[in-house]
Amino acid sequence: MSAESETAALQHDDAPVTASKQTHPDRALVAETVTINRPADELYAFWRDPANLVAVMDNLKSIETIDETRSRWTVKAPAGREVSWESVIIKDVPGKEITWQSAPGADVANSGRIEFQDAGARGTVVRAVIAYDPPGGAIGQLVAKLFQREPRVQARRDLKRFKQLMETGEIATSSRTAKQLAEEKA
Amino acid sequence: MRALTWHGKHDVRVDTVDDPEILNPRDAIIKITATAICGSDLHLYDGYIPTMKAGDILGHEFMGEVVEVGPKSTLQRGQKVVVPFTIACGSCYHCGKHQYSACDNGNPADNQDIGRELYGQPMSGLFGYSHMTGGYAGGQAEYVRVPFSDVGPIVVPDDIEDEKVLFLSDILPTGWMAAENAEIAPGDTVAVWGCGPVGLFAVQSAFLLGAARVIAIDHFPHRLELAKRFGAETINFEESKTYEALMDMTGGIGPDAVIDAVGLEAHGFFVDNVIDQIKASMFLGTDRTHSIRQAILACRKGGRVSMPAVYGGFVDKFPLGAFMEKGLTLKTGQTHVQHYMPALLNAIVEGKIDTTFLISHTLPLEEAPKGYKMFHDNQNEVTKVVLKPDLALAAE
Repeated sequence: MSAESETAALQHDDAPVTASKQTHPDRALVAETVTINRPADELYAFWRDPANLVAVMDNLKSIETIDETRSRWTVKAPAGREVSWESVIIKDVPGKEITWQSAPGADVANSGRIEFQDAGARGTVVRAVIAYDPPGGAIGQLVAKLFQREPRVQARRDLKRFKQLMETGEIATSSRTAKQLAEEKA
Repeated sequence: MRALTWHGKHDVRVDTVDDPEILNPRDAIIKITATAICGSDLHLYDGYIPTMKAGDILGHEFMGEVVEVGPKSTLQRGQKVVVPFTIACGSCYHCGKHQYSACDNGNPADNQDIGRELYGQPMSGLFGYSHMTGGYAGGQAEYVRVPFSDVGPIVVPDDIEDEKVLFLSDILPTGWMAAENAEIAPGDTVAVWGCGPVGLFAVQSAFLLGAARVIAIDHFPHRLELAKRFGAETINFEESKTYEALMDMTGGIGPDAVIDAVGLEAHGFFVDNVIDQIKASMFLGTDRTHSIRQAILACRKGGRVSMPAVYGGFVDKFPLGAFMEKGLTLKTGQTHVQHYMPALLNAIVEGKIDTTFLISHTLPLEEAPKGYKMFHDNQNEVTKVVLKPDLALAAE
């Protein structure tokens, strides 16, 4: 096969869809990837227990476990308010993937997936994908408000905190005093 | 506690601030016995580094006594330690490769975005060096909180003088890494631009690594004199043409390796670069040579370029053509301090390396603003200012 025909046959490159230069007006998709120097099983186990996530996701106020697949998420909203919804795990592949979706009737419809892929000596590639309405839509605006930051930036920082906690046993802070640390987290 | 805080260009003050506390399991609190003003602190003093906030505590060269430890710290109260300026976790991929200044976790998550935007990936946290590198309080203070204290600080013998080991925190490993990055083979000639602390330690290190000749370049006579004491030949660029001198001194070949220990205050960083361009466009020229450009032009074909000098942004007129055509190799980076500390401590204890010659002034912490001004205004005489919190107490 000539190089020319190979080129002609290539409809799509290997880059993830989240890096596409084409925009999809009906739907926004963000993905962030981090490599964590720990085994996939350990990372999956941490993420599978929703109670653990409050430590790394800094806009979360609480997650209450309802049953094996359902949990209630409460996030901090502007002006000291809180917004809460029920999240349901709709796909669970131990050691590999967790996909969740907000239950019908939630004020803020959202869905996400976290994947754990073995990376050999480097540990595990962790990829978070979050789907939401684009910022123009009513739901998108609400999501942006709830997250306080662009969801992608929020997801990236949350993953970095997850990495820090799993690799070092703590989340790095440059605060000098407990008071400063509390203000930073508020 | 008392601490040296930054408030703006040429405005640093000693203020009373809250004492640091243990916040994470691997933390330790160090009571500072000695700390130094680094040449790179002058970049902060001169307002060249973005993401500084009023009230930030400066200082990344410090040592002291362990006074408090978190449950996961391996240090013990009463130990005498020198703290590396790079904050590294010891557990990530990069720390595993001893690339400590590239640590993934030393910089808090919320501070990593700036590094990502500027450099593609964020680097490790640093003490007292803007919020881009973490926003950590520095050690020009009575006390400091040291994260990952089981990985960074090195325990030194109780009976060794602070002056002998303080520079393990930054400039000695930085000078050593600069020489190591020059990949010196026995018999090589190495040229070093800049005879500040890093340049002088690079001169010493280059000889220890087998260089037959080291040629030191500066325009401060006192600093050139110090380089000469270590056996370097000297070029004063205000008296002589550097390129012509180097070519003649190397038989027309050029130095086998060149080390730029000058950096961004000569040229290259944001504001500075703009000023440089304005000056150039007005035909005023600049009174400081562009060291890295000159180093690349002087370097022999197939030679090595080592760049310990700090650059932060974009450099104009980088001689990429000369670099490619001559087939040069460039090695650089913030120092992987933790990697070099143990061997260099041994070299100090065995008397192979002396660092005390560098200290020209010792002041109480309370007089730190005076120290900054002296260091800034008189770089010929003032080679290194050491601050001691206890000196003020002793005088009372």
